[in-house]
Amino acid sequence: MSKEPKTLLDKIWDRHVVHQEPGQPAILYIDCHLVHEVTSAQAFEGLRLAGRKVRRPNLTYATVDHNVPTWDRSLPITDAISKLQIDTLGKNCKEFEIQLFGLDSPNQGIVHVIGPELGITQPGKTLVCGDSHTSTHGAFGTLAFGVGTSEVEHVLATQCLLQSKPRSLQIQVQGQLPTGVTAKDVILYIIRTIGTDGGTGCVIEYTGDTIGRFTMEERMTVCNMSIEAGARAGMIAPDETTYAYVEGRSYAPQGKEFQDAVDYWKTLPSDPDASFDRTVEVEVSSLAPQVSWGTNPGMVTDVTGTVPDPESFADETSRRAARSALEYMGLQPGLPITEIKLDRVFIGSCTNARIEDLRAAARMIQGRKVSSSLQAMVVPGSQQVKRQAEKEGLDRIFTEAGFDWRESGCSMCLGMNPDILSPGQHCASTSNRNFEGRQGRGGRTHLVSPAMAAVAAIEGHFTDIRQWSDN
Amino acid sequence: MEPFVKIKGLVATLDRVNVDTDQIIPKQFLKRIEKTGYGQFLFFDWRLNEDGSPNPDFELNAPQFKGASILLTRDNFGCGSSREHAPWALLDYGFHSILAPSFADIFYNNCFKNGMLPVQLPQDQISDLFEWVGANPGAQLTVDLESQTLSGDSLEYPFEVDPFRRDCLLKGLNDIDLTLQYEEQIREYESKNG
Repeated sequence: MSKEPKTLLDKIWDRHVVHQEPGQPAILYIDCHLVHEVTSAQAFEGLRLAGRKVRRPNLTYATVDHNVPTWDRSLPITDAISKLQIDTLGKNCKEFEIQLFGLDSPNQGIVHVIGPELGITQPGKTLVCGDSHTSTHGAFGTLAFGVGTSEVEHVLATQCLLQSKPRSLQIQVQGQLPTGVTAKDVILYIIRTIGTDGGTGCVIEYTGDTIGRFTMEERMTVCNMSIEAGARAGMIAPDETTYAYVEGRSYAPQGKEFQDAVDYWKTLPSDPDASFDRTVEVEVSSLAPQVSWGTNPGMVTDVTGTVPDPESFADETSRRAARSALEYMGLQPGLPITEIKLDRVFIGSCTNARIEDLRAAARMIQGRKVSSSLQAMVVPGSQQVKRQAEKEGLDRIFTEAGFDWRESGCSMCLGMNPDILSPGQHCASTSNRNFEGRQGRGGRTHLVSPAMAAVAAIEGHFTDIRQWSDN
Repeated sequence: MEPFVKIKGLVATLDRVNVDTDQIIPKQFLKRIEKTGYGQFLFFDWRLNEDGSPNPDFELNAPQFKGASILLTRDNFGCGSSREHAPWALLDYGFHSILAPSFADIFYNNCFKNGMLPVQLPQDQISDLFEWVGANPGAQLTVDLESQTLSGDSLEYPFEVDPFRRDCLLKGLNDIDLTLQYEEQIREYESKNG
């Protein structure tokens, strides 16, 4: 008897359907719920008003990341509204008996950095969080997606969500990346190719030999930005790289339980003859480092390229969007990307603030100095990342070069805390969104990889690091 | 949740693609712990100059759009973050329905949780609507969820919406109550799966 071939998504989905009425969305069980300060207060308040409890506090983990200051943690938080939001999460976690990795915790950090590093994120699970970059966790072969505050409340109350099954989109990435070209360049190139709504209604599964060679941290960078292509989630089938990463982490299964888990995880990859609703192939063996020039993450070009002419776009809507983006960015068509003058460099965010990102950046700048024309900062993704970096001496490489070395948090990725751009400033940023005002009103964000950001900090402008590393 | 059955109102236009949630409500307003009062922050950086005065160049500030309850816009509206503050702000400002050729998934979903109706229409109908609003200042549209039609002077378009979502909006049903009807199935799932 032959079984219907299934994708990774099908396998996880089917296993988590609690109940499904015909013509209605499935009631999908959620194995893990991550909570942060910005999208949870109203959800807990909803529970209180309805007299409900958190159904599975032991499957719920909280941290503070979005609006926490990144300077000296012993100082009080000066923004009263931020402080109230942070304190509110603390009170809610206490009242509803949820584990909180708070400001004083050695495990505090960006929610999408700490889930994986603590071993909470595991293959085959369903995981949600009130944050769109929850797609990050898909790197483990986890079905992970962002939800709004109403759904945060729904999961707190029921440990389930009402969900219609998304379509499947396979993105096959082939080829050996050139030296200096990274996972960040791959995902920026993918979004540039399929557009910021290319994945709408879909869960992306990334496959291909390039993805197979990526480390877990590189896979997280790719899955993280799936939402920037409009996708519900991004996923990568678990393999030996995944098992090795998860093994031994605090919240991962231990001993015999780990072996049993691996046996299950081995059944998860998409069957060879499984079909996807759509497949896109991407070849990356001659990919150049990518830089965004506009105000959405699809407005990206090669570092060797120039700012595009809006009149070169195919339709009037795109031409108008490009004109408006260039006006906001203060850029002229035809300007070489390497001649954009930079004022700030930000290395951080749930996309690129893990230890490998910091190592890659530190390698480029060792023994050099940040250009006198700009300010640069590094914000580690978590306290664990920060400690590891300090153990390796990376903090000294950064500070000796002239970078600010900060405490962990989301920081200038979204500028909810005091780390923001001034109007008109251009910033080379390892984050995920170059929307207008994202990093501060009037701020102009250019998305790049950590190595590109590091070299930009030294040179004061973007440089093709494939050439630079030869020097 | 307030039900959504039918509304008749003025239509404001926002002729831009990829309007992201950072524009709908900038991050500095996400620190509040309430669900209400976000309308004053809607499109903050576009609607208001740095000194707090209205930006006369921003479409929604046009006098003919004052009091509009329907927002007509372009592709991929609501892309970006999952912040439910985006529909909260739109609703509080007065928009109960949004018409566009496409929406970002999380935003689309969030609208239904708040008694708002996002209506997806084909590109050519959206373009025709932009022309219609331009040619008929002050004219009103009716968005009828019961009959799934959008109608105004000399125009009528049917629209599609998922039957389950439609039912929930029409009755103002709360998702949590619905799910808890299956408490027994949830318990059974948990006992099998640990």
